[in-house]
Amino acid sequence: MEPMKIYANQLRIHIINMLAAAGSGHPGGALSAADLLICLYFKEMKIDSEDKDNPDRDRFILSKGHAAPVLYGTLAMKGFFNTSELTNLRKLGSFLQGHPDMLKIPGVEMSTGSLGQGFSASVGVALGGKIDEKSYRIYTLLGDGELQEGIVWEAAMAASHYKLDNLVAIIDNNGLQIDGTNDEVMKVNPLKEKWESFGWNVIEIDGHCFTDIEKSFKQAKEVKGKPTAIIAKTSKGKGVSFMENQVGWHGVAPSEAERAKAIEELERNIR
Amino acid sequence: MIATRESYGNILIELGKENKDIVVLDADLSKSTKTAGFAKHFPKRFINAGIAEQNLMGMAAGLATTGKIPFASTFAVFATGRAFEIIRNSICYPRLNVKIAATHAGITVGEDGGSHQSIEDIAIMRSLPNMKIIVPADDVETRQAVRAAALIDGPVYLRLGRLGVPPIFDENHTFTFGKGNVLKEGKDITIIGMGLMISKCLKAAELLKQEGISARVINISTIKPIDEELIIQAAKETKRILTVEEHSVIGGLGSAVCDVLSTHYPVQVVKIGMNDTFGESGKPEELLTNYGLTAENIYDTAQKTVNIDI
Repeated sequence: MEPMKIYANQLRIHIINMLAAAGSGHPGGALSAADLLICLYFKEMKIDSEDKDNPDRDRFILSKGHAAPVLYGTLAMKGFFNTSELTNLRKLGSFLQGHPDMLKIPGVEMSTGSLGQGFSASVGVALGGKIDEKSYRIYTLLGDGELQEGIVWEAAMAASHYKLDNLVAIIDNNGLQIDGTNDEVMKVNPLKEKWESFGWNVIEIDGHCFTDIEKSFKQAKEVKGKPTAIIAKTSKGKGVSFMENQVGWHGVAPSEAERAKAIEELERNIR
Repeated sequence: MIATRESYGNILIELGKENKDIVVLDADLSKSTKTAGFAKHFPKRFINAGIAEQNLMGMAAGLATTGKIPFASTFAVFATGRAFEIIRNSICYPRLNVKIAATHAGITVGEDGGSHQSIEDIAIMRSLPNMKIIVPADDVETRQAVRAAALIDGPVYLRLGRLGVPPIFDENHTFTFGKGNVLKEGKDITIIGMGLMISKCLKAAELLKQEGISARVINISTIKPIDEELIIQAAKETKRILTVEEHSVIGGLGSAVCDVLSTHYPVQVVKIGMNDTFGESGKPEELLTNYGLTAENIYDTAQKTVNIDI
């Protein structure tokens, strides 16, 4: 089995364990983004936990901050803190806050959680990179429901106006949000046409296919003068069959029995 | 007479020359907020967000994470209203080094009317942890306050006005962040003011003097953290406090003073300000008169307050 797949599976195990220990949180949208984060942190980004303040590092901002467990799991696996900390998620006194907190958590580049704001901040980071003529790249992950926030389109307009080709927005397009499907709650499609009309280079991929993901990052680098939006088709709850594509698993933590069932399935995958 | 927004625009250019980390953002109001001068001198470090105040603040937050010192400017009503939650979650919560320099605060915006006259911005900003608030009174103080804000590591809200204001301080004045100034000594009552109301407070004190009432006048330019010591001392020594602000009496300077005194040294505090009402169109001076923000009303109110038996 290729190492990326093993890492992603391990990350999903962390996500399930930490959410079960916390007793609350958002499994669906964390699991859907696991492959994207593994590819970013273990393949793509120039980033080192030993040198985390290096001004030339690549940056990742989790704009869909409620998927915090996917980021925390990745950062722990990448050495920013010990994986044994993960099960303290959401507990009083733990640095692992319910949503990413840059003041408390090593490796978190921006405090997020209020949707749309992380994306807007990532445009600011990209502007900073351009002003300083740095070559670092900024990756930001948005949910598809998040695109309903007005600030997203203010930021999208600004990124293309300022020709921020150092910025990549990845849309975790799992099609579901709290109250139902995007189509039921507030239609966000057509995504490709929307982002293109805002002046972005758009790439559509399978968000669970490592070859696709890697290729899209490479392609984004070759485009000059405009930011890139990667629309990643994903399945909410990916990797745990009873959670997959289920709206109900947006913001509910697994019980102990559900945790055990999920872990058994995930461990079977890497056996 | 020079408006504090003009002083801000002028000092920004000086700061821009001295410190390459200073960047300025605006939301299509650079001619009014006076950031246009900086934009002309340093086009690479000026970012126009367009008419998009939420993204104005979000981008400023992102820039701060890269080591920049962003000054984000727009009208106070949009900065603190439209973009409030971005200031809360992307600037104050992560304690990022963003300076919000909001102009056109208060009713002296004038003819544009109540929709554009911010009377609640201090109340909103005061409630945010990590936020510091400065309301400079004149040109000299504004230039020093903007410099001081640039040196503070963390969020600062600077409240600036559209209307020209007379000089209060000479060039020897030193603005110290967190410290108020006694502009005139007095023992019967203390008038605590801010911003463009200071010249009116001083005039009222002159009128009171003619009546044999000795009024102390204090300029509070740092609203948060406020100079508790100076306020408590005034309460102890003059027993009566009158606050004067071009802002709502709910949550502004008067409330901040009451917060200090109710805890440490309760005395009667009378507030002059916007009495839970929006402004309207009119010439700035007409509006100030209409809403009782005049030397005469300060004088009248102070006189009545002094005559109350305590």
